[in-house]
Amino acid sequence: MKLNLIIGLLLVILLGGAAAIGAAWTPYNPMQLDMLNRLSPPSPAHWLGTDEFGRDVLSRLMTGATTSIGIAVTTVLLAVSVGMIVGLVSGSLRGWTDRGLMAVTDALLAFPGILLALALIVILGAGSTGIILALALAYLPAVIRIVRSAVLSIREKEYVEASKVIGNSQAYTMFVHILPNCLAPISVVATSMFGWVILAESALSFLGLGVAPPAPTWGNMLSASQPYFERALWLSLAPGACIALALLATNLIGDALRDRFDPRRLQA
Amino acid sequence: MLTYLTRRLSMMLLTLSLVAVTVFVLIRLVPGDSATLMLGEAGSPEQLAVLRARWGLDQPWPIQFLYWVKGMLTGDFGISTRTGEPVLPLILARFQVSAVIVLTAMVIAVLIAVPVGLYAAWKQNSWADLAVVSVATLLLSIPSFWLGLLLLVIFGLKLGWLPILGYVGFGEDFSRATSFVILPVATLALIEIGVLVRMARASAIEVLRLEYVTHARAKGLPEWRVLAFHVFPNAFAPTLTLIGLILGNLLGGIAVLETVFTLPGMGRLLVESIFARDYPVVQGCLLLTGVIFVLINLFVDMLYPIFDPRVARA
Amino acid sequence: MTLQMPLLEVRNLEIRAAKGMPIVEGINLSLARGTMGALVGESGSGKTMASRSMLRLLPPGLSVTKGEILLDGEDLSKASEKRMRQLRGQSLGMIFQEPMVSLNPAMSVGAQMAEALRLHTSLSRQEIRQLCVEMLERVRISNAAASLSAFPHEFSGGMRQRIMIASVMLLRPKLLVADEPTTALDTLAQREVLDLLTELARDFNTAVLLITHNLGLVARYAETVTVLRKGRVVEAGKTASVIAHPYQTYTQNLIAAAQVGEGKADIVPPDTPAVLRAVDVSVTYGERTHGRGAGVAAVSGVSLDIRKGETVAVVGGSGSGKTTLGRALLGLVPLSSGQVAFKGMDIAASNGTIRREARLGCQMVFQDPYSSLDPRQRIGSIVHEPLRHVPDMAPADKERRVREILAEVGLSGLDQRLPHELSGGQRQRVAIARALARRPPFVVADEPVSALDMTIQAQVLELFRELQESYGFACLFISHDLAAVRRVAQRVIVMKAGRIVEQGATEDILGAPQHPYTARLIEAAPTIGGTDGFPLVEVRAKASS
Repeated sequence: MKLNLIIGLLLVILLGGAAAIGAAWTPYNPMQLDMLNRLSPPSPAHWLGTDEFGRDVLSRLMTGATTSIGIAVTTVLLAVSVGMIVGLVSGSLRGWTDRGLMAVTDALLAFPGILLALALIVILGAGSTGIILALALAYLPAVIRIVRSAVLSIREKEYVEASKVIGNSQAYTMFVHILPNCLAPISVVATSMFGWVILAESALSFLGLGVAPPAPTWGNMLSASQPYFERALWLSLAPGACIALALLATNLIGDALRDRFDPRRLQA
Repeated sequence: MLTYLTRRLSMMLLTLSLVAVTVFVLIRLVPGDSATLMLGEAGSPEQLAVLRARWGLDQPWPIQFLYWVKGMLTGDFGISTRTGEPVLPLILARFQVSAVIVLTAMVIAVLIAVPVGLYAAWKQNSWADLAVVSVATLLLSIPSFWLGLLLLVIFGLKLGWLPILGYVGFGEDFSRATSFVILPVATLALIEIGVLVRMARASAIEVLRLEYVTHARAKGLPEWRVLAFHVFPNAFAPTLTLIGLILGNLLGGIAVLETVFTLPGMGRLLVESIFARDYPVVQGCLLLTGVIFVLINLFVDMLYPIFDPRVARA
Repeated sequence: MTLQMPLLEVRNLEIRAAKGMPIVEGINLSLARGTMGALVGESGSGKTMASRSMLRLLPPGLSVTKGEILLDGEDLSKASEKRMRQLRGQSLGMIFQEPMVSLNPAMSVGAQMAEALRLHTSLSRQEIRQLCVEMLERVRISNAAASLSAFPHEFSGGMRQRIMIASVMLLRPKLLVADEPTTALDTLAQREVLDLLTELARDFNTAVLLITHNLGLVARYAETVTVLRKGRVVEAGKTASVIAHPYQTYTQNLIAAAQVGEGKADIVPPDTPAVLRAVDVSVTYGERTHGRGAGVAAVSGVSLDIRKGETVAVVGGSGSGKTTLGRALLGLVPLSSGQVAFKGMDIAASNGTIRREARLGCQMVFQDPYSSLDPRQRIGSIVHEPLRHVPDMAPADKERRVREILAEVGLSGLDQRLPHELSGGQRQRVAIARALARRPPFVVADEPVSALDMTIQAQVLELFRELQESYGFACLFISHDLAAVRRVAQRVIVMKAGRIVEQGATEDILGAPQHPYTARLIEAAPTIGGTDGFPLVEVRAKASS
């Protein structure tokens, strides 16, 4: 489905670009109040209108993009790096190490992700660092499980046994032969996680447990727009659409990756 | 088959214990004196002392844990620091609301998604298939709270067909209760349809490639029989597992929808309690959700052998 | 001579993919009632698609673009879908290759067997059940009545194939298409299944179209043969004449590959030192978990030695323990008792240096060319990797050795390729190159050619033989294929259920076996010529001419 990939990449460029630009420049200062122009609809001066405090919506969206995407990228990198090592070690070594790690992982997996994130936020406190750690820890068990299961199936392949027969050490085999062949499922889970983090972060912000106003994130902008449905619908449409587009992009790219790494294709 | 069941049950007991331990540890990790957290500001020093003794809050953690478990087994989950009510009845009442919405949405989603997914797999790469996949991908990319808001704006504000706020129990007034529940159920169902259709389609595509499907056709069976008796049972198993996972996730994520539609459900209770630092309630909600998730997965595991008999042997 | 219209007549069949590439072209084929005809070809020959087109079960995207498929005069290629469904099951039957996925795992055996009967006949449930039980007994499934409610995973591969045959033959179809029905089975099961098929077909007057790549099987069971190559018919006719007088070179190659080869060179002198010696080796699985010592003995009390320059073959059916033995000799599975000595030193010694030397000196060529090479590693790197452990070898020398080895296995210039860009035969050559990169004194070859097409098998075996002659390594050759064994091994060990039942010089064992199990193995092996004979059409005594 090449079309999928193209649309996905276009969206990534759009949103990623907005985030990148937003880090350095926005049309208006996202925090600047302008009570005279509050709740004005989209116009040439303010492409996406202004909010209840007269702040430019577009600028806030761009800054929000930087925040949300920044958090998502950091969280995914953190969880994937740790999860990769743990899953690799657990799956390769088996025995008591594996059983111990899996017991802890399963205990954490017994909770739905968002719930675990909520519980961790309670402990770690809201704010960017808290959110990154909470979301990373909440998704980590899933990453570990997936890496471990990939490792387990790769271990059965003859080339892993061959590596041992040639005389390579366990560590060499793990890092040179097993890990690179796990990259396919790892990249798929990384994209899924990315989407999940965007959604979770905006949900948490929506509930008031994420990044706090006045710093804009898509989630808290959406939350703040609720009282103004009748008067200023654009206030809800804009941030919601951004979240949806970001999710769509990750889903499309995730699909493309899954197709590309389809085992049937690799075998041929 | 019996060994499979007993093994699953014993693993479940183990997991439940782990869940209890995890919840306990998580709450104890909250910064602050755990005794004050659990007891709150209200109450006289004497009352506090009584409660403190009852739950062993001055004792080391392992002892506290045993007190807690003993309390739970007798139905005593503590007192809400916010309202002073016992925690368990409070949570259960709110849980009922969440459960009704989640289960109804799930049933509707499964009934629609599975046949559609099978059909799309059967007609793979046709226009119909393309349409199904595109719609499903769009649906699952929409954040639930945004979809809920939009539906609320359209059907509640603009068209005025359905109420925006409020809730009435089903026992009290069935038709009014339904009107409050339609939108949240529809929102959830739509998004879950997106997820389930893709999974059902993917596993059906896998199965359609397998030789026993060609064999069934080679017997002269009409397509519908092939799909219903040979493809569906084998393709459904992974979707069943996914359903279990989704149900669990919904229990966690329902908080946002309940906030949008102002429903007195467990998710909203959890969030409110977090803000109010009502830790006994937070603890109770976490525990209940964890336990239910484990039970759901057990249920799924027990249903699994019906669709994949090979599992029963392991 | 009765001029009967053939049951099946295929004329000028062409099958194309949606993008226009022809899969098969100009296929002509005919099959008389109640006879067995073979459709032979290697991978890529189009034989599977041609056979599927008879029942119109082509995968989406492929269709019959030209030609006719006449069944008793009716053109199946022009029939309606409804008509095809009527014919399928009742007049047309098909059995498949992979027993693991040929039966629906979610449906009981009885239900699956009854399906076709319920569809095409109006028999009562009781009558159907009765027929199923009888048929299961006919295919020699024990506890037939109980088996009806069992599920496919409870049966072995060979049993599943027999159940499938029972299921299809219940309706006494006029034509049965058997698509490589025994390729995934071991030699003994193969024999059983084909004998059974022949018997049933004869009793029910069913014509069988046997799709296979193994000319040995064709010689034994089929009256007529059609040879396909790259989608076209290369040669066709009565099996006896085609095999006796093949016209085309390709056919000649196929026959040569299936033939009993010449015996191997003389046995090495008995006083040559043994490179590897196993003394009373046993390997038991499952001891730990059961604790009572009630494990499965994969290997029991095996003693053997292998001398420099000698190839010793280990043969046996599945479950004989030959694969486990190979791994035990390399120290890959722990021994429950006994000792393995490499160059006189115990490979399980506490001295790490000795163990290391044994590990480096004993190498293996694996069976599956599709899983023994890391898909992300280039060929040059794969062959280079073993050299990491050679001390005091300069990088330039290592490069040179890699080039040398690749040239010796006939893969010069391919060092930058990735495994998926190579064919199965080429991949096995890489596996051999990797095993021999350090010129080890001992090599275990675990079914090194089983997964390859027959003509390629011959090439790779020849290569292996040459390399052994130049390098002089000692080799344990594990195989179920007696023709291959004859080609490369001086001595043979026959294993059954973990024990050695017979051993000796290849010619002696295969020519005049003492033990009944060995005799069974030899008899089951489908080869052409030699002492295994060429009994052929006597089995099917049909008055077809």
